[in-house]
Amino acid sequence: MTSPARPEPGRARPAGGSGRRPPAPLENRGPSRARRLHDRGVIVLCHLAAAVVILPLALIVWHLLAKGLAGLSLDFFLHLPKPVGEPGGGVANAIVGTLVLIGLAALFAVPVGVGAGLYLAEYGDGRLGALVRYTADVFSGVPSIVVGVAAYGLVVVPMGRFSALAGGVALGLLMLPTIVRSTEEVVRLVPRSYREAALGLGAPRWRMIHSVVLPAASGAVITACLLALARAAGETAPLLFTALGSRFWTLALDQPIASLPVYIFDYARAPYEDWNRQAWTAALVLLLLVTLVSALVRVATRGIVRR
Amino acid sequence: MSVDTPLRINAGLAAPAPGADRPVAPTEAARPEGRLATRNFHLFYGAHHALRNITLDVPTNSVTAIIGPSGCGKSTLLRAFNRMNDLIPGVRTRGEVRVSGENVLDPATDVVALRRRVGMVFQRPNPFPKSIFDNAAFGLRMLGLRNRLEVEARVEDSLQRAALWEEVKDRLGQPALRLSGGQQQRLCIARCLAVDPEVLLMDEPASALDPTATARIEELMLDLKTRYTIMIVTHNMQQAARVSDRTAFLLSGELVEADATKQLFTSPRVKLTEDYITGRFG
Repeated sequence: MTSPARPEPGRARPAGGSGRRPPAPLENRGPSRARRLHDRGVIVLCHLAAAVVILPLALIVWHLLAKGLAGLSLDFFLHLPKPVGEPGGGVANAIVGTLVLIGLAALFAVPVGVGAGLYLAEYGDGRLGALVRYTADVFSGVPSIVVGVAAYGLVVVPMGRFSALAGGVALGLLMLPTIVRSTEEVVRLVPRSYREAALGLGAPRWRMIHSVVLPAASGAVITACLLALARAAGETAPLLFTALGSRFWTLALDQPIASLPVYIFDYARAPYEDWNRQAWTAALVLLLLVTLVSALVRVATRGIVRR
Repeated sequence: MSVDTPLRINAGLAAPAPGADRPVAPTEAARPEGRLATRNFHLFYGAHHALRNITLDVPTNSVTAIIGPSGCGKSTLLRAFNRMNDLIPGVRTRGEVRVSGENVLDPATDVVALRRRVGMVFQRPNPFPKSIFDNAAFGLRMLGLRNRLEVEARVEDSLQRAALWEEVKDRLGQPALRLSGGQQQRLCIARCLAVDPEVLLMDEPASALDPTATARIEELMLDLKTRYTIMIVTHNMQQAARVSDRTAFLLSGELVEADATKQLFTSPRVKLTEDYITGRFG
């Protein structure tokens, strides 16, 4: 006797005897010629696409090295910019300024961004979640110069002057949507089985998120933050309205501060050949700086990201 | 068999019984309500009626197996006892699910406290991506245990009880994900045991393991039932026959028959059960 709801698997496919001849054996038959060509073609296209992606990056690095390497010296790292006409001078204040600015930006954007991303992934299925997600998406499409103007209105105008703080806010705002959405994505990737295990042990939801979900996603969250940071480190436009730039040493957060992108911007469009060369070198320094910061953060967080 | 007459093979004495005309199996004289019990329990996934009128008792300190074809609601029934079904949106329930006599479907139930009393082992071993020690200590730390020595003692005890201690005692700091599948599953069992539950729910705990690892888990279950009440979902009828004291057969969301395992496998009282265990369908 069988249950009427379940068809017998044996009956679905008659064992044979339907009059059809069995198909010819498949031994010794490799893939067809067309199949092989197709395969080859797709592989070539994939390599081509990879090359197209890598090529501009390689060209930029090559160009930077070619034009900037000559000006690279210890003095360039250690000295302040010199007045026009005087040879030499360096970007010491701009390096420190950029570090201060991205440090401030990370200070604003990482806690808020990771928190909002967690919220979206864990609780964001309601209407508020949809609103936050939509806002973040729209926000990530806002041109950086507009973000700069916003920070100008939010910080510079009330304070009455340009400042490192305003620059940090502008860069932080720029980083925010990237961090929010990437955190949400990677937190959603944490296997359901981890969540079930934690809840099954009697963990309250917040505990599950704190002790299981976030640690499991931490590596990817850090990567997301670093990507956002690297992008922000190279932003120029929003800094023009906020941090402004400076030719002097300052660490005061309520004063205008130098930064590499603004330095490059100023020096690249100056009518002095010497300055143009220094702009190239500064660009190389910026690239190195971002690479270095990424590497340092990875080393520093190695203890947290355990597999 | 008809949909509306659920078989109550071991109707509990303690249960409030409206209607005393329930059929009671002759071999299974009325016994006190078990550690786990359901009374006219229904569960719906949206419009889908996944569990229909389930009334079942699971005695303390025994292993009860739930068998049945894929999609019959075995896991859903298991997950009702620790309210794991709450995680799925659109689930509605009716009737009662009792743990130690208390209806856990009551909205006032503290689900977090319930899950501490009712441990669960999943189909795929799911240790956290942490060290072996941290996995076993997870529940303890969650309970706020801070004393190092006490945590260590309890971790050792639970690993002993899960028959894993000898294999891992020298490498407690290593990532749990480096253990073999069978060891990972025993670690998951130890993780549950560490918080001293009353009940262990096991959802096909050996289906992702090789025969040797499976045998170890089965051995472990026989050992653990002296202290815990165990409910296991399995696809493997030999396994059900080997490890369980009682077996419940579920089909399309209905409890067809529940009885002592020996009884159910040798002389089932319902034709459907016989057809299923002799492999005529499913």
